[in-house]
Amino acid sequence: MRDVAVIGVGMNKWGEIWEAAIRDLLAESVLLALDDAGIDSVEAMYIGCMSSGLFTHQEHLGSMGPDYAGICPTPGTRVESACASGGAAIRAGYMHVASGLADIVMVAGVEKMTDVDGGGATFALATAADQEYEVYNGVTFPGLYAMMANHHMNKYGTTRDQMAQVAVKNHLNGSKNPLAQFRMKVTLDQVKNSVMVSDPLTLLDCSPITDGSAAVVLCSMDKAKELSKKRLVKIIGSGHASDTIQLSQREDISYLKSTELAAKQALKMAGRKIADIDFAEVHDCFTIAEIMVIEALGIAEVGKGGKATTDGITAFDGKFPVNTSGGLKSKGHPVGATGVAQIVELTRQIRGDVEKDRQLKKANIGLAQNMGGSGGSSVVHILEGM
Amino acid sequence: MIGIVGYGAYIPRNRIKVEEIAKVWGADAPSYKRGLMLQEKSVPSPDQDTITMAVEATKNAIKRAGINPAEIGAVYVGSESHPYAVKPSGTTLAEAIGATPDCHCADLEFACKAGSEGMFIAMGLVKAGEIKYGLGVGADTSQGAPGDALEYSASAGAAAFIFGKENVIAECLFTHSWMTDTPDFWRREHQFYPSHGGRFTGEPAYFRTIMGCGTALLKKSGMKPSDFAYAVFHQPNGKFPMTAGKQLGFTEDQMKQGWLCPTLGNTYSGASPIGLTAILDIARPGDKIFMVSYGSGAGSDGFIFQATERIKQVQDKAVHTRAMLDSKSKKYLDYGTYTKYRGKIKLRGE
Repeated sequence: MRDVAVIGVGMNKWGEIWEAAIRDLLAESVLLALDDAGIDSVEAMYIGCMSSGLFTHQEHLGSMGPDYAGICPTPGTRVESACASGGAAIRAGYMHVASGLADIVMVAGVEKMTDVDGGGATFALATAADQEYEVYNGVTFPGLYAMMANHHMNKYGTTRDQMAQVAVKNHLNGSKNPLAQFRMKVTLDQVKNSVMVSDPLTLLDCSPITDGSAAVVLCSMDKAKELSKKRLVKIIGSGHASDTIQLSQREDISYLKSTELAAKQALKMAGRKIADIDFAEVHDCFTIAEIMVIEALGIAEVGKGGKATTDGITAFDGKFPVNTSGGLKSKGHPVGATGVAQIVELTRQIRGDVEKDRQLKKANIGLAQNMGGSGGSSVVHILEGM
Repeated sequence: MIGIVGYGAYIPRNRIKVEEIAKVWGADAPSYKRGLMLQEKSVPSPDQDTITMAVEATKNAIKRAGINPAEIGAVYVGSESHPYAVKPSGTTLAEAIGATPDCHCADLEFACKAGSEGMFIAMGLVKAGEIKYGLGVGADTSQGAPGDALEYSASAGAAAFIFGKENVIAECLFTHSWMTDTPDFWRREHQFYPSHGGRFTGEPAYFRTIMGCGTALLKKSGMKPSDFAYAVFHQPNGKFPMTAGKQLGFTEDQMKQGWLCPTLGNTYSGASPIGLTAILDIARPGDKIFMVSYGSGAGSDGFIFQATERIKQVQDKAVHTRAMLDSKSKKYLDYGTYTKYRGKIKLRGE
């Protein structure tokens, strides 16, 4: 397996983008990434997208992606793993280059969520859960994560304040990110007093509905050294694992086993331990998710993710910064784009290329964790600056 | 000088509170009240409709105008709840007030701006010298689908304006209309409840249109927001007009007299027109008034009025709008009575 580098990144400003259709969003980030890489063609394109069909009645992004980026006949493939679609697309692109099948591959992620109303979006998002045993019985995503939160609170004494602190931290980080959807800072009280969605999760515990896209150019290391004028960022680890789709079938409903296993694979491939990692972008679809993820990754002990957050371990200036981009909470969550945007953030931090007031001093090795549904799939990538 | 010669409003006496509706649908009333800046809305009684309310409002306008209604040369009723799809509300109104038979009549529709359209057309005919007096009415008894966000705000009310060249109480200095094809809210023929595009009704529809019209009107007039004593905007909830007004450069103080939605709800074609009547009730001679309506689909009619000396003589000739809004004979309904009054219950034979 050859070494693979990230040589270009692109991302648009996320939010409610009324004037852009899914084809516009996708093309925008792809073109930005090509520009950043200093190239005008790739050999293949992977597109992470959870459900362009339900949200916009458009499938066949494998054709539309290259078409609207102006690069037909480059082949395109849509990759889907619910909210881990982006991460899974990165892994597919990585394998395509690492295997030697191609030297340069584009991996993009996109979701256009505002062409349906709130009910339509909730319906489409719920397809990430088990239709027969979960959704048929009336549960939606906030409901599933609320159950995970209640279990975590009962088992470990995790508090509302600790969960809310995740939102406070991520909004503080996002306030400095010009591409984030929600750049306002929030306080603990605002989070706790926002309208109830599914007990104990309130509105500000939940990631939003967002339109957006992101793209990265993956390149074989040899070719990357020729092409790239910027600091090379190498993918040193990739991991991917599944777990039961139904939350009720998990061994422990507040432990993300798929994340633990995906991370172990990626760390093993990278020859590193979690303590060697400088920072991470994780899947905070709900505040409780970030707490469970940092436990599964080993950044915090199991049951102590809440305390690690309020102790500031994962703050921007903490021992292990998590979600410097603002995370899903503040940056937004255009589902299929999220996993790719995580790689964009890691690359830019490692290159020293982000806005000065949010540039980490120590950013040589970063980890991205992207997750589908209630944890039925997890993808982890580790990137290192050369 | 061309402008308003007489004005009047009508608000039914029934009310229902946000809490009462929220209780039935399991919604969080405090967050609706905060988010919409709305506490309660008006509800028409079973024997009231767009036509009856238009008549009440027009009678008040005639009292203030002090004219012979037979001299009204055109009658326009704008509504999205005309009782008939074919048979104008305007003919019944015209007959009731004594404006027939030598009178032009048309019913208008453009979602919530149908009322201001009637004003625009009536005034245009007066300006052209075609008629002596023209009547434009905005009246609605709109429906919101049960449990839908719009159910909290869809209410009932009417406002009537008589335009002319003699004895003007508020001169119309400038108008501007702004319109695009924007499908934010609609109702197909035979549908009982309207459909809407959720959050699309906000920024790309309401705000874009009000800003487009308001900015153009200010530019056309060469005036600044601070030149105005009052401003009134379409008010589908309490929040939108305040936000839009501030974006244009107006202050809460300028907007608060015409800001009725928090305790009235959204009277659709009556919304900004009824707000204007509340302003005219207390305007002083020389006061300039800025009004921008909004109708989904989408468009805005903007007007700049200036009160004349004569306004003081007519304000108290009919009931004040805020007196009807805050009336001691308000009757609060429970949800069951409300659904009965609004025809939302499936009766035998339906």
